[in-house]
Amino acid sequence: MSNVSTEIKPTSFLSFKELKKSLFTAVWFMILTLPIMVIKVNTIENTVEWHWNRMVFVGLLIFFGSWGWRYLLARREMGPRPRKAESERKRFNLTAILMERKQVRTPTIIILAVMVIVFPFISSMYQTNIMITALNYIILGLGLNIVIGLGGMLHLGYIAFYAVGAYSYALLNYHFGVSFWLALPIGAGLSAIFGILLAIPVLRLRGDYLAIVTLGFGEIVRIILENWNDFSFGPSGIANIPRPGLFGIDFSLPQVTTFIYFIMIGLVVFTIFLMIRLENSRLGRAWVAMREDEVASRAMGIDIRKNKLTAFSLGAVWAGMAGVVFASKTTFINPASFTIWESVMVLSIVVLGGMGSIIGIIIAALIMILLPEYLRAFSEFRMLLFGFLLVAMMVFRPGGLVPAKRKVYTFPQEEAGNE
Amino acid sequence: MDLTYFFELLLGGLTRGSIYALLALGYTMVYGIIQLINFAHGEIYMIGAFTALIVIGVLTFTGMNGIAIILIAIVVAMVFSTGYGFTMEKLAYKPLRRAPRLSALISAIGMSMFLQNYVLLAQTPDFLPFPNLLPKIARLEQAESLMNSSQFTILVTTAGVMIILTFLIKFTKIGKAMRATSQDKTMAMLSGININKVISFTFVVGSATAALGGVLISSHTGQINYYIGFIAGIKAFVAAVLGGIGSIPGAVLGSLVLGWTESFGTGYISSDYEDVFAFIFLIAILIFKPSGILGKTSAGDKV
Repeated sequence: MSNVSTEIKPTSFLSFKELKKSLFTAVWFMILTLPIMVIKVNTIENTVEWHWNRMVFVGLLIFFGSWGWRYLLARREMGPRPRKAESERKRFNLTAILMERKQVRTPTIIILAVMVIVFPFISSMYQTNIMITALNYIILGLGLNIVIGLGGMLHLGYIAFYAVGAYSYALLNYHFGVSFWLALPIGAGLSAIFGILLAIPVLRLRGDYLAIVTLGFGEIVRIILENWNDFSFGPSGIANIPRPGLFGIDFSLPQVTTFIYFIMIGLVVFTIFLMIRLENSRLGRAWVAMREDEVASRAMGIDIRKNKLTAFSLGAVWAGMAGVVFASKTTFINPASFTIWESVMVLSIVVLGGMGSIIGIIIAALIMILLPEYLRAFSEFRMLLFGFLLVAMMVFRPGGLVPAKRKVYTFPQEEAGNE
Repeated sequence: MDLTYFFELLLGGLTRGSIYALLALGYTMVYGIIQLINFAHGEIYMIGAFTALIVIGVLTFTGMNGIAIILIAIVVAMVFSTGYGFTMEKLAYKPLRRAPRLSALISAIGMSMFLQNYVLLAQTPDFLPFPNLLPKIARLEQAESLMNSSQFTILVTTAGVMIILTFLIKFTKIGKAMRATSQDKTMAMLSGININKVISFTFVVGSATAALGGVLISSHTGQINYYIGFIAGIKAFVAAVLGGIGSIPGAVLGSLVLGWTESFGTGYISSDYEDVFAFIFLIAILIFKPSGILGKTSAGDKV
């Protein structure tokens, strides 16, 4: 911190001192992970396996990893100067060119649209299915973004609303034969009601307490679904949920997958459009103000109570819709799909993409869902890596992959100067 | 109402409560000092249990006495868990000390997820049986239905840990430094307290109690897997909040209240909704008395 002027280069980390530090860290971690990584006991057959090769692996990983970690940490400690330069560069590279120059933006959007439309016809049904899952998570991420990114409230029970959506379609269809298209708004509405039900008791809570209560809420919903057999058919779940139809046309299985894909695309586009509108609306600005400082925003005349309620219920609406589509896609749901780790997954997407950043969340959802599907060897380590990513992102890049751009209001100075 | 049944539930709740208390003590200490829900605290407990199981597995080959094995296992588990707690704080929480609370919280969730999957991948996703090597107390064997030996051991240990921790915080120099740090970090630094050391020490003590809890509770329940830490951690947090977070006796009292709530709730209403009682109770407490039963700090800055 004291020597702000000195530039930190990766090469300056090749000194003997740094080598010693890395070595020390590596040895420390090798000792630390000794019992759990190396020894594997089987208490039934009374056998002990030793995996010494893992220890070498940990050592090597930590030796180089700690180097990178300390380098990044030192660069972070350098303060805002290099980071500012970086963000400036980013803005010129990505956002400015893509979003602000019309001659670039229009072709990009057209190419993207063509790719999106052609995708289900050139790829297999399996791939389309994966894409539907990814799109589903985009919707969940964008919905949670309202609560976390804009409202600044850590919500760990988000998946409960997803469950409400999925179960409302499944149960309404089972008992009354309600169709997908009717269930979509009903599921969204029911989720919104649940959102308000949750929001009322937690209106006064903030930060950690809010997190733990929302987590509790999510678990309560899951436990009830698991145990109330007469209502939700318990852990065995509900099967044979019909896929969506269109004016009574009979689709074959590949066709219906394509159809669901386009429903999802429609929903995503609708969501993105609404999110952009929301961000710039009075309500969106009020949320951001509330996120930055609740007391100050209250002093400025923002109705905290109303805004929190709308944030929770609007966030829930998207989860509800995603839930209805999820139920119709998989045709089978049970409470196991709605654990706390699903909530954490959606949270990771929002955090990785950048809280409040729509493009970031879309990219993050695609990366986090598609990558493990295509790199099978890596899928085992998926959750491990996500956990690490959450920590690393918070330490090094709290803004996410594509940090949300803050609104800057500028006066048209040049014109004012000319006049 | 059947009185024997009532007493069974009462004692069951007492054991349950002291189990939560062992974890809640660590929670409340860490929260008291850096105002962070250490979501990974439950994971430390789980890692402690796993380490102990591994040590037991290796030592049974030497044909040692059961009590010696469990004692060595407890010590090793505590040593390694403190290592994990210490490292975790340095990696995931220290760089975020000046960051918004949301960042630290997300980092804690990430840490919890990482440690769970680390154990899942390195060890096994299945439940492993955990041998009960805790000493048998002959007198208690006759009253098995009311309280068995391991329950008694847990009860005594919890009481002991609580007394030691209270003593540590109230009467030692490091305890004084801890109290100062929790009140005002800048001011504590100005008066010559190395707050990094104090925070590390808090994590070390918290992790040690968690590991102790991990071994005792796993001996009692008889099985472990990578997931045991999470729900236990959440429950312990609920207990710590109930009692008034930051207060050592509060954590124990809150745990007992929670233990009895669950015990009577499952005993008289339904055993399927055990966790639901805990969470509903938490929500009710946060609405009506946010500072908890023994909490003395003003609720304004926390809730």
